[in-house]
This record gives sequence, structure tokens and C-alpha cells, in this order.
Amino acid sequence: MMPSGRSQIALAAGLWVLLLASVVLAVTVGPADIAPGEVWQTIAHHLGLPVANPVTRLRDAIIWELRLPRVLVAAGIGAGLALCGAIMQALTRNPLADPYLLGLSAGASFGAVLFLLAGAALLMPVGAFLGAGLAMALTLAMTGLLGGATPSRAILAGIAVSSLAAAATSFLIFWTATGDSYREILSWLMGSLSGATWADAGVVIAAVLLLGLPTLLAGRALDAFAFGDSAAATLGIDVARLRWVLLGATALLTGALVAVGGAIGFVGLIIPHVVRLVTGSRHRLLLPIAMLLGASFMIWTDTAARSLFAPRELPVGIITALLGAPIFLLVLLRYRRVT
Amino acid sequence: MSGGLQFDAVSVRAGGSVLLDDVTCQAGSGRLTGLIGPNGAGKSTLMRAALNLVPLASGTIRFDGVDLPGMNRRLRAQLSAFVEQSGAAEVQLTAREVVSLGRIPFQSVWQSTPSSTDDLTVDTALAAVGMAGFSDRHYHTLSGGEQQRLQVARALAQAPRLLVLDEPTNHLDVHAQLAILSLLRQRARAGATVLLALHDLNLAASFCDDLVVLHHGRLIAQGMPEAVLTPALLRDVYGVAASVLRHPGSGRPMIAYETPTE
Repeated sequence: MMPSGRSQIALAAGLWVLLLASVVLAVTVGPADIAPGEVWQTIAHHLGLPVANPVTRLRDAIIWELRLPRVLVAAGIGAGLALCGAIMQALTRNPLADPYLLGLSAGASFGAVLFLLAGAALLMPVGAFLGAGLAMALTLAMTGLLGGATPSRAILAGIAVSSLAAAATSFLIFWTATGDSYREILSWLMGSLSGATWADAGVVIAAVLLLGLPTLLAGRALDAFAFGDSAAATLGIDVARLRWVLLGATALLTGALVAVGGAIGFVGLIIPHVVRLVTGSRHRLLLPIAMLLGASFMIWTDTAARSLFAPRELPVGIITALLGAPIFLLVLLRYRRVT
Repeated sequence: MSGGLQFDAVSVRAGGSVLLDDVTCQAGSGRLTGLIGPNGAGKSTLMRAALNLVPLASGTIRFDGVDLPGMNRRLRAQLSAFVEQSGAAEVQLTAREVVSLGRIPFQSVWQSTPSSTDDLTVDTALAAVGMAGFSDRHYHTLSGGEQQRLQVARALAQAPRLLVLDEPTNHLDVHAQLAILSLLRQRARAGATVLLALHDLNLAASFCDDLVVLHHGRLIAQGMPEAVLTPALLRDVYGVAASVLRHPGSGRPMIAYETPTE
């Protein structure tokens, strides 16, 4: 059931506090000991606010150049992936929909690697978007060929598309990359935020703000899809247009996120399902809450990825997959009647 | 004919096959019109064509003189509501949330909470189908019959002048069937145009003001149940042998099927 107005506000406020606290605390985690107060001071200093006793230049560099951009990238990717998952689940009426499971992430990886190896590293987001869009089109077309959109058919089509894209990506890497670049690409492919810069943070945050936030306005229209396309149409929704606009936005957003963070799986599956347990399925509430929770979730999984086995880094995609696979099973069991 | 839904020479094709062939019929305002015919007769197609869910090959469909399929979709949703035959739907919505979907055509994108009119309309619709006590129950925990009643309530929440229902009595026990049909007749008496597909001919005969009979996508007959339901029509359209009796109280037709002898 949907919580009342006051508890909705409390929930949103609580998640904003959690997110801000997560940003600050995650920055303090790492080999150099940094206090939360120093993080505030550094942020304030760089925002041009008067600061009593600024931190040393080295610590400033660690906070401002190394850790903060990475935390912000994680927050943006988490928010974006959770949003994409929630939108895809509503539009395709498929509780298992997720940019990773439907092949978008693998397609985006392929596009990004193709552009990277072709020497157009700056255009990686474009390549990732094209790859994501192509993969989505392929998955939807194959689902149609399989005889209509049931969740399990869509997942099977997604697996086929993912495998195809992954094979093509491996081939590209095998053909062109050598030594170090090989390892680097491989770690990025599994989903890793290591070495994230302010430029990366800019791409991710701009994508979430420009592509993600406008989709929140479609919350009520997405509710209308609960009983299918015809039901939505007779409630006055322009079904075809809404589907194209929203699927286009999720493909673009996925592309931007994958170009920066690689194919990080299951976030788009886990977060919306957890949020639904609390908020119910009304999308005006579900979408923004999923974004907020996704941001904090990703900050902490990435913090775990870089600190659990320090100084070695685990690709964060491994952690999300570890958490996500059991949830995938639970969702499958919960919805077994309709899959 | 004062108003209501008017189908004029309507044809619908899908692929190579003709689903509706030159159908002209009407559902009058203030009347409960039953759409009958065997499976595949084109009942669903006719209803879906009115709501622009399938494209017309030719012909026109007007509601109170206005082209209904061609109307702005939001305006159409504010004056007409459709209850489909329900399939399995795993939605995590409460009963009340399902019914409030019917208010979507009246809400702006920027509006964050339902208006008091929305709340009142939803409560009234829930009460009308006898589901007021189920507001907070989750849709997927309800029986097929209860889900069906909620779909009708959702349609009522659209406050429609035209109600179109595809076999709304499916999954319902006799009591609930009669309750839904009485409710729909009441809506008709209040001025709405109600068009519904029915399989049970005796229900159709006892509740509907008019019947429209389709067979193989063609109009076979239309008119009052007394005029339409004849042994000859039942034989030709349904391929069954039956006598048509009169209800001792209402005088409406009652169909007694002959059971094939060994």
C-alpha cells in the first residue's frame, strides 16, 4: 500500500539524508585516514565558501581529485540504473526487466569498446548509446519472434543478445588490444569505477539530470500500464509515443552510464523491487525513491569494491551480481504465475 | 434515435482476414445493449474499434454524433471506459489504487496528489461494486470475481457516458453476475450508454434492453430481446436446438436448450 503523504515526505527526506551522509562517509574510506569534517571543508573550499583551516594540498587532492568524483559517479550510476530498471519493468510489464538482463548493457559495452578501439575514446558514450539502442531493438524484436512478450521470453532474448554482444566485444579486444589495455578494458567490462574523474562525473550526472529526471513526469502514465497496453490506451495514454520516448531515454541513459562504469548488472532489478515493498507500485513515488536508494546503494557497493581487498580492487559488477542473483531468483519465484 | 453509439458500415481487417464486414448497428443512450454471438463472431473487435484499439478499414463510429475513434485520446478517456476480458496480472497495487487508475485521464502531469473529486469518485465506485471494505487489499490476493468487480469500479471511476465491457460476468458466481448487470442497468437508466459482450444468452435476455447479434463478422440481427432471440436464430448462429419460453413474471425470453438425445 502507498504510504500516506506525510510518511512519503519522511521517506524521501530520510533517503536524501542517507545519500548525503553516504557521499561524505564513503569519501573518508580508504588507505589515507580522512575525517568527515575534512570532506565538508574541502567541498566548501572548492565551492568558494570561506573555510577556517583548509586541509593540506595532498589531502585535498585525495578528497577532491580521487575519491569525490568516484563517489559521485557511483551515485549517478546507481540512480540511473535503478530508474532505467523501474521504467523498463513498467513499460514491458516484466518484473525481471533490467538494462543488464535485457542485453542493453552488453550492447552498450560493445559500442563503447568499438569506438574506443577505433581511436574515438571521447565518443564512447555515443557508441555505448548506439549499442544499447541496437541491443534493445534486437531483444524486443526477438521477444516478438518468440511469440509475444512474456517475461521469460524477454529474458531469453536478452541472454541471446547479451551473448552475441559479449562475443563481438571479446573478438574486438582479442583482435586489437594488447597487454595493459587488455586488462584495463576487461576490468571496465565487468563494471568498475576505478579511476573515475570529474569528466566522468560530469557525463553521468548530466545524463541522470537531463535524461532521467524528465521521465519522472511519466510516473502516472506508467501506472496506467498495470493492466497492459489497451488498458493504458483507454485511459488516454499515447502508448506508442510514450513507449518510444521512454525506451529511447533509458537506452541513452544506459549508454552514458555504461560508457563510464561498464556493465554493472542487477542494480536496475534489485532497487525497484526493494522499493516496491515499501512504496507499492505507484510510479510517481517509486521512480524518485528508487533513484535515491539506488544512488546510496551504488556508493556503498563501490566503496566495498575498492576497500574489501585493498590494495586490490574488485570490479563492482561482481558485488552487484553477487547480491542481485539471489534477488533475481526470488523475483522469479514470486512471479512464477505470470512468467 | 436520440444519441449513443452508432456504428456505420464498419469493416475491420487484420492480415488477410475480414474481422468485421460492413456492420451497422447502435447502442442507444440510456440503454443496456448486449452484444452476442459465438466465439470469433467479432464482438471484441467491434468494441475495440469503437475505442480506437484496432483501426477501421472503412466505416464510421460516432458517439453522440462525434467521431469516437478519431477523437483526442484524453477526451475519449474522459467520456468512455472499457473493461477488457482480464488475463493474469501480477500487479502490486491495492484495490483502491487499481480503481484510482480510472482518474488518470482527469489528472495533469504536474498534479502530485489526487483531488477531492478524485477521492470521492473512487470511493463511490468502490462502494458501487460492493468492494468498499477491500480498499487496502492487494489486487493479486483477491479472487477472480473480486478482481473483475474492481475493473468495473475502475471504469466507473472514469465517470463515463459510454461504458464498454467485454464479458464482464466472466469468473463471477451467479449472485455477482446479477449484481454487476443490475449495476450496469442502473448506469444506463442514469443516462449512460452501455455496450457489453455476453456469452450467457439468458442473462442477456433478462437484463439487456437491446441485443446485437454478430456472426462471422457480420450483423445478423438487432433489436429487443423478444424480437431477436428466436429458435431459428439460435439454430443458425449457434447451431443449437432450443425453445424460447417467456418468463412468467417479466415476460422476457427464456431459452431452454434441447439436449441431444443418444
